[in-house]
Amino acid sequence: MMADGLIAAAILGVALATIASRGTFTAVALFIAYGLLLSFAWVRLGAIDIALTEAAIGAGLSGALLLGAASRVAGRGAAMDRRPGRAMTVAIALGCAGVTAALAAAILLLPDPAPSLAPQVAANIGATGLGNPVAAVLMSFRGLDTLLESAVLVLAVIAAWSLAPDDAWGGKPGPMQPVLADGPLALLARLLPPLGILVAVHVLWIGKDAPGGKFQAAAILAAMWMLPWMAGRVVPPPISARWLRVAVAAGPALFIAIGLAGWMTQGAFLAYPPGLALPLIMVVEIALTASIAIALALLVIGPPGRRA
Amino acid sequence: MTAWGALPMLAVMLPVLGMVLALPAGARGAERITLALLPVGIALAVGTAAAVQASGAPVVHLLGHWAPPLGLSFRADGLSAAMLLTAALVVAAVALFARAGFGTAAGAPETRAAFAFWPLLLALWGATNLVVVATDLFTLYVALELLTFAAMPIVCLDGKRATLEAALRYLMFALLGSVLYLLGVALIYGAYGTLDFVLLAGKARAEVPTYVAVALMTAGLLAKTALLPLHLWLPPAHAGAPPAASAILSALVVKGSFVILVRLWFGVMPGLAAPAAAQVLGALGAAAILLGSVAALRQERLKLLVAYSTVAQIGYLFLMFPLLVAAPGHEAFAAKTWTGGVLQAVSHAFAKASMFLAAGLIAARLGQDRIDGLAGAARLLPVPVAAFGLAGLSLMGVPPSGGFAAKWMLLTSAIEAGQWWWALVILGGGLLTGSYVYRVMAAALTGDGTQPALRRPDKREKIVLALALVSVVLGLLPLAAFGLVQVGRLDLAP
Repeated sequence: MMADGLIAAAILGVALATIASRGTFTAVALFIAYGLLLSFAWVRLGAIDIALTEAAIGAGLSGALLLGAASRVAGRGAAMDRRPGRAMTVAIALGCAGVTAALAAAILLLPDPAPSLAPQVAANIGATGLGNPVAAVLMSFRGLDTLLESAVLVLAVIAAWSLAPDDAWGGKPGPMQPVLADGPLALLARLLPPLGILVAVHVLWIGKDAPGGKFQAAAILAAMWMLPWMAGRVVPPPISARWLRVAVAAGPALFIAIGLAGWMTQGAFLAYPPGLALPLIMVVEIALTASIAIALALLVIGPPGRRA
Repeated sequence: MTAWGALPMLAVMLPVLGMVLALPAGARGAERITLALLPVGIALAVGTAAAVQASGAPVVHLLGHWAPPLGLSFRADGLSAAMLLTAALVVAAVALFARAGFGTAAGAPETRAAFAFWPLLLALWGATNLVVVATDLFTLYVALELLTFAAMPIVCLDGKRATLEAALRYLMFALLGSVLYLLGVALIYGAYGTLDFVLLAGKARAEVPTYVAVALMTAGLLAKTALLPLHLWLPPAHAGAPPAASAILSALVVKGSFVILVRLWFGVMPGLAAPAAAQVLGALGAAAILLGSVAALRQERLKLLVAYSTVAQIGYLFLMFPLLVAAPGHEAFAAKTWTGGVLQAVSHAFAKASMFLAAGLIAARLGQDRIDGLAGAARLLPVPVAAFGLAGLSLMGVPPSGGFAAKWMLLTSAIEAGQWWWALVILGGGLLTGSYVYRVMAAALTGDGTQPALRRPDKREKIVLALALVSVVLGLLPLAAFGLVQVGRLDLAP
């Protein structure tokens, strides 16, 4: 109870500090702390899967993305945005306060205990062969949502690349990173990847029975690519590389193909043949992990820049 | 699960698969994938419409054989079928039109714009289809994200600074809308333990969480639909967008969030809809019709005139809300309002796609698109100018056209409902629309004394004309044909 109160207060405090801070880097650093605190809150709520995802994607990769954006903005000396006038400020404050009050009222008035689909999930999980109810929801009961989210990642890569300058098309993505000979980053870039890849494989594999799974594993794998990239030790392949594009598309394409095969043999899209559910799900999980990891890393690295 | 339920499922999944495969296929391969999918998509839409019409009931596909609330389903009713058909035809026209600008010749190197355009178009198509057939409020959220993340980059394909700024502003509005919608989805799940709108229809209670959720989701969807005063992103987004992107944005993207809004109000919470709130939506729609039309009248650039016309035409869609809220107990009248609203969405899609593509051809030929500088355009480009005029007739609501049938049904519904003030708005909007269309036509029909140089016939002109003709011919269909759009209306379901 005490711990919950402290976490809640810390989340509110860090959120406020994030908004109030004037410096871009300070705000981003606070935002990363905010994401980590949020994942503590999810742990306390017993939602370990969400906690892992929040830490990996919400704090980790989003943080890296925001830090990259902040350094680009700082480097270009972009003008600070115009501050809104007094009337606008008051209107924004009233609007936010109104939404907050309405949300608070609605949440306090929600039925208690909350209606839940957990019993139905428990009753049907046997058909999937999985032990982790979250994995069963993501890969079977609501497999369509997961499939579409993985397709959104392909779209995101296409969208990010579409912002490249025309003359850089087909080149290497992202800004050039200077090669770091020593220092903490250079050391970590050499030490961490073997360990991180091992952890990612573990997180992926236990995902069928315990919290974990492809998104968390993919985020860790992406980080293991980005570390040596930031240290200047690896150079990403050019975006025209066929294998790179195939790798990003392979996971979602395989998922859709298995879904369509389910329609042809079982009569419903994403229906798994009896007994084959678990092997098919694991094949999709592994393929998606690879594709998502590459897509996430490419999103953080960014579109190809202007040729020097 | 019903027979033919696989048709709407394939209508969603094939464009999504095409979008994924477009990445490794490269620009030229992606173009071929798109062209190959066009006839398939049209056939699937026609098949879905025929199945819905023949059975008189929605066609349903249960994903993985799991039924809601545990699983997810695709459900194509009359509204879905009409939108699937519209999307397939508009996407086909835009794709054929866009080959001239985004095509890649054999052996030519891949360019950035060509690489991005085809998968983005496929994503917009798949997302539009998903929006109209998904029944789960969270799946609809994913569909909205797919729609936004495809629409935003396609708007700024030219890569200029002003276009990027406009696209960023669009993204801000769209993301604000997404957040508000998602908050509402979470509240609905907390209150009812299901997100399937067919199941929710029987369960919704008049309680604070329901109202807060629907209010948040409505606000979010209005931002994505660009209803005044949340329209501020739409005209700048159109200003620098390629004509093909503008056509899709106005014809399909803003309609997607509108369809969800209609399902939310008259599917999820029939009978809970507050008349006062519906009057507010109607009033915003009326303001959009009048202010949007006046703004269109004052524009200097043709493209922006057409964009503000979209702001105005979206307003008509929202006249459905106060009229349908007043409808319970009046079956014939509810059916007429419903048909009028759907017909407005469909006929505007065809008319506006035609107008944006025509404006694109005119701007490309003249080298600029100031309305003052249109003199001689009709002689240079008789077909696009004629298409623009035909589409304009439909927007004005001049008989016989799809726009006329839609506006006539809304107008008579308003009078029958005793809400005559909406009838006045429809009439006023028609006059203003006539004025801005006349302004363009008068300028284009003025001669500039030169003889047009001989030129090769452009296939794209026929596409533009065909779209305009569809928007007109919709008004000639016997009203019985629109029995289709009544099928599976949730508030009438037994």
